Amino acid sequence: MSFIRLEPRGQASKTMVYVTPLLAVALTLLSGFILFMAMGFDPLKALYAFFVAPLTSVRGLGELVVKATPLVLCAVGLAIGFRANVWNIGAEGQLTLGAITGGGLALAFYGEGGWWLLPLMVIGGAIGGAAWAAVPAYLRLRFNASEILTSLMLNYVALLLLNYLVHGPYRDPDGFAFPESRLFEADATLPILWAGTRVHLGALFALLAVAGGWLLIARTFIGFQIKVIGLTPAAAGYAGFDQKRIVWLTLLLSGALAGIAGMGEIAGPIGQITASISPGYGYTAIIVAFLGRLHPVGILLAALLMALSFIGGEAAQIAMGLPKAITGVFQGMLLFFLLASDVLIRYRVRFGARRAVA
Amino acid sequence: MPSHAETLPPDAPPPRLELRGITKRFPGCLANDHVDLVLQPGEIHALLGENGAGKSTLVKMIYGVLHPDSGTMLWQGAETTVPDPAGARRLGIGMVFQHFSLFDTLTVTENIALGLDNAGPMDQLAGRIREVSERYGLALDPGRHVFHLSVGERQRVEIVRCLLQDPKLLIMDEPTSVLTPQEAAKLFETLRVLAAEGCTILYISHKLEEIRALCSRATVLRAGKVVGAADPRQETARSLAEMMMGAELFTPERPPQSAAGAARLSVRHLSTTSDNPFATNLKDVSFEVRAGEILGIAGVAGNGQAELMAALSGEVLLADAGAVVIEGTSAGHLGPRARRELGLAFVPEERLGRGAVPELSLSENALLSGYAREPLVRGGMVHFARARAYAETIIRGFNVVAHGHRAEARSLSGGNLQKFIIGREILQKPKLLVVGQPTWGVDAGAAAAIHKALIDLARSGAAVLVISQDLDELFVLSDRISVLFHGRLSDSRPTHETTVERIGLLMGGLFGTPPDEDGEITRAV
Repeated sequence: MSFIRLEPRGQASKTMVYVTPLLAVALTLLSGFILFMAMGFDPLKALYAFFVAPLTSVRGLGELVVKATPLVLCAVGLAIGFRANVWNIGAEGQLTLGAITGGGLALAFYGEGGWWLLPLMVIGGAIGGAAWAAVPAYLRLRFNASEILTSLMLNYVALLLLNYLVHGPYRDPDGFAFPESRLFEADATLPILWAGTRVHLGALFALLAVAGGWLLIARTFIGFQIKVIGLTPAAAGYAGFDQKRIVWLTLLLSGALAGIAGMGEIAGPIGQITASISPGYGYTAIIVAFLGRLHPVGILLAALLMALSFIGGEAAQIAMGLPKAITGVFQGMLLFFLLASDVLIRYRVRFGARRAVA
Repeated sequence: MPSHAETLPPDAPPPRLELRGITKRFPGCLANDHVDLVLQPGEIHALLGENGAGKSTLVKMIYGVLHPDSGTMLWQGAETTVPDPAGARRLGIGMVFQHFSLFDTLTVTENIALGLDNAGPMDQLAGRIREVSERYGLALDPGRHVFHLSVGERQRVEIVRCLLQDPKLLIMDEPTSVLTPQEAAKLFETLRVLAAEGCTILYISHKLEEIRALCSRATVLRAGKVVGAADPRQETARSLAEMMMGAELFTPERPPQSAAGAARLSVRHLSTTSDNPFATNLKDVSFEVRAGEILGIAGVAGNGQAELMAALSGEVLLADAGAVVIEGTSAGHLGPRARRELGLAFVPEERLGRGAVPELSLSENALLSGYAREPLVRGGMVHFARARAYAETIIRGFNVVAHGHRAEARSLSGGNLQKFIIGREILQKPKLLVVGQPTWGVDAGAAAAIHKALIDLARSGAAVLVISQDLDELFVLSDRISVLFHGRLSDSRPTHETTVERIGLLMGGLFGTPPDEDGEITRAV
């Protein structure tokens, strides 16, 4: 008999599906306002520096696209899996493996490259990421091990592998023992699409992933099977859909896309293999997938927003001396508010005590 | 059986329970609309109505699970509100739900203690359980674990739990849907003893013959409103059904079977083993279903029906490929899709959550099983226009009441969803149709339509296998009947050569020694 009650809706609200992400963004901004004020910054100035200033220059807009590219690639793959209740938390590791295999090819053919090297690196990156995702797929189907845990743990393994490589086999022989590879040659570098920025061919891959992801989800029979398995596994069994095949397909696909994202980072903005190639794109992509409602177009928009939180965090750090951790705080708040406000899809809020029985 | 309902002396005690103008609204539906109900002490009162008429909502409000939006409730003449089920029990209201809430791994006593507000020491409780179960003829061993118990015994646990609290009003929701006819007869004896002692019983059931045998008054609900009251003993099952429907009931007829055709489904020495310790393994089950006939498999739930359905549909693959033969092809190693391609269509017992995806539209649900035999997928792409057209064909052909092909499956009533699923399977022109519980919880009008569709399908040359707990239904539909008990299947008998009583005995486990031809019962059940 409390004052605020949640009352079940007769059916899920279609409007709220679109309203709650906006509500979550608004609540995040409001909380940011309060947070900045509590920290002693001018909240309006800080929010401006964080969310608006980066968008006022060509360079800033370009950076937005650069950061959104790996997010979109990872999140589209993850979303397809999430729709089938396949919870791949390992995009970060799969992205790292894509960088290791794609970049390894660039180093292997150093000095003898040609037009064929980049396509080969894309394929190599995809295979590396897919292979890394195949491990949780096998463990789930063979031993019923939760892919949430196995894929998450493999992220750390991938990172350690990368560290070993840049300190050993991948290290630049002329690099004064710095843990970095050689700088890639032109044949192993993704062409720039937008002069004056760092926007590279990977952005086009991301758009292709959005279009392909939409086609898969909305139009193909595989997409229909994914939907049914995600909603009602028993009905999928009844219909004769092969759930093992869907687990393999979704994990390999999301691994491959994450691998391409990792390859795109080292062959794009970074231009070499270093010990830190991702500021957590693989993790942020989980937020992007949910914020985008597991829909490829939604993911595109959500990725741009999350990319803004990356570059906004950097910009605010430079302009106002805000701590770098603020990026993570904003990303966390956004996911928190989104999950919380999603209750409005199935429930409506009622104020006032329940009417007593007459 | 005493009945105080009609002949009350002027100084009679107040009614046990009186409801006045009870109204309850859910988002998008008025579940109870000014319902009045009077229950006298010691009467067995039937609450009748089709699905969605508001019966469950009403009894949940009496038991304190839901709360009325408006209206008055008088308990023994005094106005009262029931805040929650514990409050209802304090007043003396007990309820036996259709779905039991028992823990399989606990004993009878432990389960009962969990449901009591003041259980007391366990050994004393066991003594009280023994006492109550003897007094009312509810044989029950307090020390047994629940997973050993038959469904009928589990229900006794729930009833004894209620009786331990000396209820003045006992509500029973579809109590016989899981019982054999003999078990049901024993339950009725208990209820009559209770009523004779002054306990009021509010009895909800779809089975109108039972109500005619047991109840002295009936209140009929339709679309949330009280539309009539009757003395069931003066009515026929048909007239009661027509009161509930508000329309004339049509009864499907089963034309005599022409000569049986070739075997479309052969099951040979089918045995299963399961990892689940509570599953019922099938033991050496063999039968055939021939073109043009309907074979009915009777049995109380939990005797292997779920395992048999899974083995037939292909959701569980079999060790022996030849144990299930569809249209001459050994299918034991084939999955559901390959079996569908051989000509099998399948209606599972769970409609929402297996036979249909609740959140998806009817056109997507048409695709769910329709993809195998209808041209709905081309080159890996879904042909949505055809799926829509197929859904519309089903909706029109089977009179499904729904807001078109876009309606979500869960927005349909149970009967309409079942018509949709059966239509989806039948329109694929199967050579063999397997149906589990075709009309469980479906109202009389939809049930008649479903029965007619199944009979028509068989008479057009398909083989139909119906697995059901409802004997009346099996006697309407089947050409032959077998009984499943503890994972074993009896030999089939032609329906016209057997009786409900004999099948009932088989459902209770009287195998091997068939009742002799005079129909004399030689062993107690």
